[in-house]
Amino acid sequence: MTRTRRVVTAIVAAGALMAPMACGDDDDNGGGSGSASGKVEVFTWWAEGSEKAGLDALVEVFNDQYPDIEFVNGAVAGGAGSDAKNVLASRLQTNDPPGTFQAHAGAELTDYIEQGQIEDISGLYEENGWTDYFPEPLLERLTVDGAIYSVPSNIHRANVVWANPAALEKAGLDPAAEYETLDDWIADLEKVEDAGLIPLSIATDWTQVHLLETVLLADLGVEGYNGLWDGTTDWAGDDVKEALADYDTLMGMTNQDRQSLDWPDATQLVIDGDAAFNVMGDWAVAAFEEQGKVLDTDYLAYPVPGTQGVFDFLADSFTMPVGTPEPDSTEAWLDTLASPEGQEAFNKAKGSIPANVEADTSDFGPYQQTAIESYAQDDIASSLAHGAAAPISWLTDITSAVAKYGSTGDVDGMQSDLAAAAEKALG
Amino acid sequence: MLRKWRSWGPPVLLILPSLTLVGVFVYGLIGANLKTSFTDQHTRATEGSFVGFENYTALFGDETFRFALRNLLLYTGAFVLGTLLIGFVWAWLLEKGVKGEGFFRAVYLFPMAVSFIASGVVWRWLLNNAEGERAGGLNRFFDQMGVGFLQNEWWTHPRWGIVAIAIPAIWQLSGYVMALFLAGFRGIPLELREAGRVDGASEWQLYRHVIFPQLSPVALSAIVIVGHMSLKVFDLIMAIAGQTNYTTQVPATQMWIEFTRGDYAKSAAIGTVLLLIVAVLIIPYLVYTYRQERSR
Repeated sequence: MTRTRRVVTAIVAAGALMAPMACGDDDDNGGGSGSASGKVEVFTWWAEGSEKAGLDALVEVFNDQYPDIEFVNGAVAGGAGSDAKNVLASRLQTNDPPGTFQAHAGAELTDYIEQGQIEDISGLYEENGWTDYFPEPLLERLTVDGAIYSVPSNIHRANVVWANPAALEKAGLDPAAEYETLDDWIADLEKVEDAGLIPLSIATDWTQVHLLETVLLADLGVEGYNGLWDGTTDWAGDDVKEALADYDTLMGMTNQDRQSLDWPDATQLVIDGDAAFNVMGDWAVAAFEEQGKVLDTDYLAYPVPGTQGVFDFLADSFTMPVGTPEPDSTEAWLDTLASPEGQEAFNKAKGSIPANVEADTSDFGPYQQTAIESYAQDDIASSLAHGAAAPISWLTDITSAVAKYGSTGDVDGMQSDLAAAAEKALG
Repeated sequence: MLRKWRSWGPPVLLILPSLTLVGVFVYGLIGANLKTSFTDQHTRATEGSFVGFENYTALFGDETFRFALRNLLLYTGAFVLGTLLIGFVWAWLLEKGVKGEGFFRAVYLFPMAVSFIASGVVWRWLLNNAEGERAGGLNRFFDQMGVGFLQNEWWTHPRWGIVAIAIPAIWQLSGYVMALFLAGFRGIPLELREAGRVDGASEWQLYRHVIFPQLSPVALSAIVIVGHMSLKVFDLIMAIAGQTNYTTQVPATQMWIEFTRGDYAKSAAIGTVLLLIVAVLIIPYLVYTYRQERSR
């Protein structure tokens, strides 16, 4: 019965997606012989752009370190990873796991852990000395009930404000101004609005969730923010209410056409000087650099006001699926991934920073240098919009609540929706 | 016995493959879907146990789902009315004998050849909701033509946003409805009109009592075909507004969201509701055509 349902689900999933399943390696030679031969299918959604470049660079290091293990690219393109996740779900359900798969580090792994689909690899961390590679606060955020389930490949920072100094001057502001709190910042945003520019550019729903998370982090502090995810901070309480009021104020100063845009469009508004500020993760730095902009002269980047000293992180990571055909090959891949050389090659090409603090980062870009410095010394918080803080299902509910607010403008309604989502998720 | 088998056997054998395939992949899967919708399989992990109609009561108690249903109704109304009206007028004009009929027929029919996803990408830009200086697409066009007051929020309007999605759908399907009506017009024997004229009917009376009754089966087919397409709307919304946008939520996008997050029970329930809605439209039509054919 169970089996029938699984098969049926798989057929439905595969059919609905029309996804290319050709990469499935059914022809495995059953249990890799020894540790230095065989192959590993790496399942990702890194199919193009800087992500593909990063993966290619990593594969090069892998081929150097493990020349006898064949790398099989199991990338599934489309839908910013959502297509890949659907394909992955059906493969895991039909017990056809890849060698390793990509997932956001943190709470996004919860579903896989609860379903017993990925292995606890804390043992590998100790055996291979990976524990020394990563900073303590990060390992803490990765640990679930005393176990670690994935190896982070890269780190991005979510709580970054990007600003255009020329636009700030045009609005009569001092580009060198530092904002201690959201209130200070909002006061200046109002001046930008008076000057006829877009104070804060934003794009479609997930970027609004991204903004909301940084506002919550600014107003609640790290403790309060982390408490949102374990139930110690009350979503229906006054603190959250105040934060949502700030969010409401900020949304009131955003561009009208936000629903039609994605994040590169919103960042472009800042690059072009149509908007003064944009809150986006630090992958946005690539957009500035591609257009020849120079940090601190053409654009500014600093933590969202009120979140100084906090590194709101998100990371991609790789897992060891339960029942993977060649665990030794998977371990080899994870070893390369964790190694300083692998992290350096991958992150330089992708534009993120290494999770491994031993990686050589001397020739990384000027923005990355500041991020690397903060990463080593700041408090670390988990990003909501990118799967580190809450499981996918919870994030889906939060996104719906934020999207609904974006259309209706009803802040109280949003708070009760958010509280209901938390209750549903935390049980 | 053998004789009976000779007359029954080959036909049965011939339809057996398609019968099996349809049985498994249509009715079998509908059954599996129905079964899932009665369980509490809300994550990918759980197997789920029987909970009866719990998912359905939860769905209809959910404000967002009711909003999605209302949107679907609005969209279907706008889409069906729009295509019927425009399709009929086009067919009527061509019937009246416009020059270059072949050219216009092709032009009107062409949009149908484009997939909803492809046209959706273009319409996403045309229906950009920025106004004033940063306007693009239609809003910019209105602005430059001096009719700036026509600029609007299109699909981001909190109440009527969904109707904007019907615009590209109407654009794509009107030509098809025109083709249906044109065939209907051509199917009316000239003698009938002449007989009407001989009896002294005015032009309006001719249409009212001779032509429209002959066209009503065509109109019914058009309503059913366009109507069931509109109930299944998904691709156009995904391409224009994306899955999370609130103003354009319909049951199909909700089903996709629930499926993606692994809530199989809820997405199966939404799927069943959609199936029932489509059935309400299709089954009477099938019964009607079946009766028509039998009476012939």
